[in-house]
Amino acid sequence: MTDSTKSGFYEEIGSQQTFLDANELVLNMGPQHPSTHGVLRVILRLDGEKVLGTECVIGYLHRGVEKIAENRTYTMFNPYVDRMDYVAAVSNGLGYCLAVEKLLNIEAPPRAAYIRVILTELNRIASHQLWLGTHALDIGAMTPLFYTFRDREEILKIFEKYCGARLTTHSFRIGGTQYETYEGFEQDVNNFVKFVGPKIGEYEELLTTNRIWVERTRNVGVLGGKDCIDLGVTGPVLRASGVKWDLRKAQPYSMYEKFDFEIPTGENGDTFDRYIVRIAEIRQALRIIDQAVNSIPAGPIMAKVPKVMKPPVGEAYVSIEAPKGELGYFIVSDGSTQPYRVRVRPPSFVNLQALDKMVRGSLVADVVAVIGTLDIVLGEVDR
Amino acid sequence: MADETTPKDQLKPPETKPAAEKPAAAATPAPPASAAAKPAAPAKPVAAAPPAPPKPAGPTPQPWESEMVANFKRRFGSGIREASTYVGQNYMVVDASIVYQVLQVLHDDEGFDYCVDVTAVHYPKRDEQFDLVWILYSFPRNERIRVKTLLKEDAAAPSVSSIWSTANWLEREVFDMFGIRFDGHPDLKRILLPDGWQGHPLRKDYPILQQDTEWVKINLGIESGQ
Repeated sequence: MTDSTKSGFYEEIGSQQTFLDANELVLNMGPQHPSTHGVLRVILRLDGEKVLGTECVIGYLHRGVEKIAENRTYTMFNPYVDRMDYVAAVSNGLGYCLAVEKLLNIEAPPRAAYIRVILTELNRIASHQLWLGTHALDIGAMTPLFYTFRDREEILKIFEKYCGARLTTHSFRIGGTQYETYEGFEQDVNNFVKFVGPKIGEYEELLTTNRIWVERTRNVGVLGGKDCIDLGVTGPVLRASGVKWDLRKAQPYSMYEKFDFEIPTGENGDTFDRYIVRIAEIRQALRIIDQAVNSIPAGPIMAKVPKVMKPPVGEAYVSIEAPKGELGYFIVSDGSTQPYRVRVRPPSFVNLQALDKMVRGSLVADVVAVIGTLDIVLGEVDR
Repeated sequence: MADETTPKDQLKPPETKPAAEKPAAAATPAPPASAAAKPAAPAKPVAAAPPAPPKPAGPTPQPWESEMVANFKRRFGSGIREASTYVGQNYMVVDASIVYQVLQVLHDDEGFDYCVDVTAVHYPKRDEQFDLVWILYSFPRNERIRVKTLLKEDAAAPSVSSIWSTANWLEREVFDMFGIRFDGHPDLKRILLPDGWQGHPLRKDYPILQQDTEWVKINLGIESGQ
């Protein structure tokens, strides 16, 4: 393992046997460390400042979500999924509902699908904003945190008005949505789109040409497209490496095929590109919301769903493009009211595996940048 | 089984049956009647009482015909036990002895370059207790398939981490949760639970309240984690 550390831009350091003749140092980072965004523990093997290898120790937040699912009915498990990726709870709910709907062979009515798209995209923006604020804070830029949290608040207000909760919303039900849009929902969303558009420009003004930001992120944590695919990395990290792939386009669900939007990609697959891609994704999400909110069809918001849900015996895998990557649910039904098995394919868990490859040969300070750029949520990693 | 749409009915009383008793291939009427009959159950016990009318036949697996499947059948013969489509999703059931070769061919020749997930399902009453499932996706073909194999309790599965690096952690999780060993895995150890933990929680014979009391006592200094 030690000799495979020669990578990229620190090659000249890697070519020396040991840096300054120091012995290999094992350093523990976390689980309580502000830059790990939760309870992630990373064991670093260092040679001076240079990272020789890492090992992630995870599971501190393991709650056995998949086991809980087997002991709840399909409807009772619905709120639990919000607690996995708690900064993008709406996406979790969408994936779960779509998977159960697939097993039940029903589809949410168009109106519900549109409401789902609007809320999910709002949540994508909220998730990216939270990511940007905390990631920039890790790297030493404090201002973006206040900007992004200020604007994210507007999204949470819409959620609160819609379903009463701000974070773990449980806003979707199997078969559609529980609530009709409130009076003035469209107005609120339209106002938000108008309000937040220029704010994205503000974030960019603070960072995109900021020399410290660029120096700290460019060529840091480089991951090529091939490596991404090999490591199963999805979401903005994959797209920043130049792979133009988004489940909303590749295998559209919940009527995404009706909306016109682009898949932003990067070229170098470094931390800076991932930042650019996520910023561009916020803009695309705004486009989708703008189209959806002004064309919500009339009609019911719930499909005809049996009161006691007993999907026929069988299994299905359904995945969606969550803010962090491919979020999949593999559900096995035995024909009873409780799922026989629910497997969650969490994007954060799989993406975190790429950390080792991304930081080998770089400096300790870059580890913090790379953990940030992967955009992991430990609630989803550990489930 | 009432049929009208009432989204209010989200709060059904929990059915407190232990997971182990769940029928593996339940076509039998499920036991909610007992739960509903409890005096404590507040929400309309009547709803569950009448015997369920014969179910409208759900979708059934259809044979999955494609050039790729034909190729596999020609090459591996009866090792390909089943190739079906269910709710529009294709899957293959493959003998454990050849599953590694099948996966290798899928990766090398058929373009399934992305291993989405590796997971398992436990059926304690079956002779081959575990379903081991690989979910694969192909970027060039924009196609998703599942490969499934059946494993006996003490049998080991081949590790595919040399084919797709992503399988490394996914297999560790399957080992952690089900105790399935993977031959050829570079570092097979627990990933979510602590290293010294006894038992594999996603097995059906592991009730939801069970814990490794000894581990909890030694490491957390408390009598119980409940």
